[in-house]
Amino acid sequence: MIKKERVRIQTKRKIAKDTIEMVLENKYISSIAIPGQFIHIYVDGHTLRRPISIANVDQDANTLTILFKQLGSGTEQLACSPEGTILDVLGPSGNGFQMDTGNSTILLIGGGIGVPPLYYLGKSLIEKGMKIISILGFQSSEYVFYEREFQELGENLIVTNDGSYGEKGFVTDVVHTIDHIDCYYSCGPIQMLQAVTQSLPTTRGYISLEERMGCGVGACFACVVPSKKESGYRKICKDGPVFNAEEVKL
Amino acid sequence: MDLSVEMPGLHLKNPIMPASGCFGFGREYSQFYDLSLLGAVIMKAATREERYGNPTPRVAETHAGMLNAIGLQNPGVENVITNEVPFLAKYNTSIIANIAGSTLEEYEFVARAFNDSPNVDALELNISCPNVKEGGIQFGTDPAMAARVTEVVKRASNLPVYVKLSPNISDIVSMAKAVESAGADGLSMINTLTGMQIHLPTGKPLLANSTGGLSGQAIKPIAIRMIYEVKQKVNIPIIGMGGISTAEDVLEFLLAGASAVAVGTANFQNPFICAELIEALPSTLNKYGFNSLQDTIGKGIAI
Repeated sequence: MIKKERVRIQTKRKIAKDTIEMVLENKYISSIAIPGQFIHIYVDGHTLRRPISIANVDQDANTLTILFKQLGSGTEQLACSPEGTILDVLGPSGNGFQMDTGNSTILLIGGGIGVPPLYYLGKSLIEKGMKIISILGFQSSEYVFYEREFQELGENLIVTNDGSYGEKGFVTDVVHTIDHIDCYYSCGPIQMLQAVTQSLPTTRGYISLEERMGCGVGACFACVVPSKKESGYRKICKDGPVFNAEEVKL
Repeated sequence: MDLSVEMPGLHLKNPIMPASGCFGFGREYSQFYDLSLLGAVIMKAATREERYGNPTPRVAETHAGMLNAIGLQNPGVENVITNEVPFLAKYNTSIIANIAGSTLEEYEFVARAFNDSPNVDALELNISCPNVKEGGIQFGTDPAMAARVTEVVKRASNLPVYVKLSPNISDIVSMAKAVESAGADGLSMINTLTGMQIHLPTGKPLLANSTGGLSGQAIKPIAIRMIYEVKQKVNIPIIGMGGISTAEDVLEFLLAGASAVAVGTANFQNPFICAELIEALPSTLNKYGFNSLQDTIGKGIAI
């Protein structure tokens, strides 16, 4: 259940160009958040909250980790909040990833600031005994983050658009190099998700979508995605942000 | 303190209600507080058929506000009556159905459907949605058209009709008088103002619909001015709205001439806002020397 919570910024660090990692302390959200869910953060002086996905949870320490890019005045201001600041947060919000069962081989495909939720997911899947392979795409070397963290989960490939780090190209350029997977999970820009779902048409897959949100609880119909199966739209903030790749039209 | 207000068809225990389009049909916000606290709920607009609305992005933040171009997405009036009204009817609050359409016939159809179903206390006639290509705003910018649709809806329904006025016109008073003459039981004002934001990285309008409706704190002075002007020229009550986020804002609207108020955009920032305003209102009224809500309505008008 979504609650309005006070969340304390425990630590903050810049982990790549324009990219901030924050460890937030809150017992309620850290105790129930599942991979793929997000929190909706109030930034003083801004009308709309900022939806940011949960990148990790440490239940013992009552903390959750978020990563975000400084893209506008809201995220700039959030990035400037000192450690110890109390944030007004709604969460945990949305439906998370439906986790595969059995001894599956799982491919995680992340692009840019879509990478963070896949980390918490990968950690949770490892605990369930699955084999993890990850492909992470970034614009260039200066934007790369969490390489070591994903290497600890299993085989990891980094791709950059300009080739300044890892392989040159897009995540879909290297997807075919992976032998066998049972299921994939992907989060990133819409163009990347379109390419990923097209290049893995017969594989079970789940995708996490991003969109400009209003209320973040499913009431305002701002963040919607056309549905494939039934007519109409699904709400990204409430029905998603994670969808079965078969479920929505990108 | 007595916060109750009597308006045609509405016996409100307090003057606070969520505005249409900002609260869905109440389900999502019912997880945060008991909807029975609310004076009323104005449901999201219903049309004859299901509407899918505009492409995304549908919202953009602005200074002290936001733009939206949802495009009246809704499941259609029959679905609203079957699936949504019964949910709200479980709560001890008044239900106002917002009705929209592209043609007079559609407005008539939707009004009749709500009239024939139980639990709806009043209609809010949406003639001012700026985000759909057909209908909506064309009825809201021409006094003769506004009067015509008001007459049609009044004939189709026994429920009191509150006409929601558009601020995107130069003479709000003539519009208010036109719908009053056509039989409106009340007014609801104001809807959003048309606006646009250019997204610098693409150099194009940010909203997929290009234009959207501006709401939030930025539009409050416009709403206050329009209510103040209209209150002096009409004899029907006004539900005021536009940028309300504090109990002081509520009092400002009441003094300008509103009998009740609706809260929209502020729900997105703080899902508890309506409940918090209801709690804060008595002390705010007291602070400014009022002993009842009734004492405040229209008292700001300088004669």
